[in-house]
Parts: sequence; structure tokens; C-alpha cells
Amino acid sequence: MEVMDVWLNDDRREVPAGTTVAVLMSEHGVPERGVAVAVDGAVVPRASWATVRLVDGTRVEVLTAVQGG
Amino acid sequence: MEPLEIGGRKLGSRLIMGTGGAANPAVLERALVASGTELTTVAMRRLDAGGAPAVLALLERLGIEALPNTAGCRTAAEAVHTARMAREALGTDLVKLEVVFDERTLLPDPVELLDAAEQLVDDGFTVLPYTNDDPVLAAKLADAGCAAVMPLGAPIGTGLGIRNPHNIEMITASSPVPVVLDAGIGTASEAAQAMELGCAAVLLATAVTRASDPEAMAHAMRLAVEAGHAARGAGRIPRRFWAQASSPVIPGQDGQE
Repeated sequence: MEVMDVWLNDDRREVPAGTTVAVLMSEHGVPERGVAVAVDGAVVPRASWATVRLVDGTRVEVLTAVQGG
Repeated sequence: MEPLEIGGRKLGSRLIMGTGGAANPAVLERALVASGTELTTVAMRRLDAGGAPAVLALLERLGIEALPNTAGCRTAAEAVHTARMAREALGTDLVKLEVVFDERTLLPDPVELLDAAEQLVDDGFTVLPYTNDDPVLAAKLADAGCAAVMPLGAPIGTGLGIRNPHNIEMITASSPVPVVLDAGIGTASEAAQAMELGCAAVLLATAVTRASDPEAMAHAMRLAVEAGHAARGAGRIPRRFWAQASSPVIPGQDGQE
């Protein structure tokens, strides 16, 4: 199986080539609600998670709401 | 008390709360309930493995709308990105825009703030900027299309109260949008003072969450905001240098003669 490295919140993850955002989120237990994902600095709407494929070296950011302010 | 209108929303409470600094979720919940707030800030942070957005579940259960902030951002670009992530995560167009200059003061960076506000208004956000107690900057933020302006009373978390009441009053006297006193409140009298100066609402967190009894302080803040708002509407007496008798001067005679 061909693999590649992506960066999830600055941690390196080895994933199969062609992995989608949806698969990456699912494999890391990211909840469906209350989170936002950006790929290389651009927000990826929830509706596009299943169609956006990552490439080697992609930086994925996952944010959620916490106590603050 | 007539509702507060911000960005097309009507809020029955003029106390906007923050969630930072609470010792634990149970303390936070009791404080939020006691405050009577209908709008409460949350911050955006990286999701830890297995983490769940617990604070959102709490706000949803209490029927309180979440107001995401851009705390920690130092540039307009960072703040715009964080606001867009918050909109995606929370499904809200509201954003408390914070762009601070440094960690020591946490004072707003006026240049980056105005830049970010303009970009976010263009992008359809309802922008509530945390700003300096500067009437000129407040006017420019309102002109840029912000739904409110939120000047500080004192730096975040200091509890120093309203350091420049005259500036706050100049802002409320000319602002075309609601003015929310944000940051610096230490105790209830200062929240009441903000409302007496003409603010439409008060936003605070630390004064409640780090009080010895957060629930009791939240209740005090609720009363203070209501009292200050009522006093502002009632119209205070002019300040006088010398005394003016409020009882007849000579027993048996009318003091007004």
C-alpha cells in the first residue's frame, strides 16, 4: 500500500495515499459537530470532507471550541 | 428592561459572559445560570486526541448562544482565519474579534484590528471587536460595519475597573452601534458604572470565574448591570459643589421658600 505523510495539528501521521479529510477525521476520532478543519490554511466545509483528498505533506488543522474569553 | 439588539439578535440580558478561568464545568454552569446571560464567549483551540467540545454542549443545554472569539491572534490574517474556523465549527456568523499586540498587556493592536474587522464584515460576519478605550478607533470600527464596539475598561484580567470613564462616555455619546464594556471589570459597582456611562451591555469573565464564589458574583453582576441600566435611563442629578438641603432648613418652615 502506498503511503504518505500528512501533518495533523503539527503531528506527523502516515496515511494511505489518497486519504480524504473524512477518513483522517474518522480514524482520529474527531467528532462530527463543533469542530472545523483547515487544509493548508483553507477552511474545508464539513460537506466537502469526503471529497477533499490529502497529498504528501499536507498540513491539516482541527480546531474546536474551549472555555475562554 | 428592553432587549439588547446586536447584529439582528435580541438579547434579554445585557450581561455577556466569558467562560475562561472557571475552576470546573459545574462551577461554570452555576455561574452562567446565576448571571442570566444569553450570550457567552468561547475560544478556539486545537482539538486534542479524543477531546470533545464540552463547553458547547454545556451552552446548548443552558440555551445560551456561543460567541466565539479570536483570542491569541496577533495579526489580522490569524484572526480572520480563526473567525472562519469558528463559523464552520459553531455555525454562527458572530465573532468577538480580538487581535492583541503582546502577551504582557493583551491590549488590542488597532491597526491589525481594523484590518481584520473590514475583512470579516466583507465576508458576512457579525463583528464585535474588542477595542481600546479610544473614541476615534471605535468610530472607525463602527464605520467599517461592526455590529457593536467593545472598548476595554482596563486590560484583560486585571480587575482594575474603568480606568478612563470619560473616554467610555465619549464613545457611548457618539457611537451609532451598541457599546459593550469588555474587560477590566473587577466587581459589581464597576459593571453598574459601565451601564451608567451609557454602555448597552457588559462583557466579563474573570471577575466572576475567579471570584471566591463565582455563582454569587455572577448574581451580583446581573443585578449591577440591571441597576446601572435603570439608573442611566432614570437620569442622574447634576453634580453640585455645595450642599443643597433636602429637608426644610428651619424646623417648621418649607426649605423651598
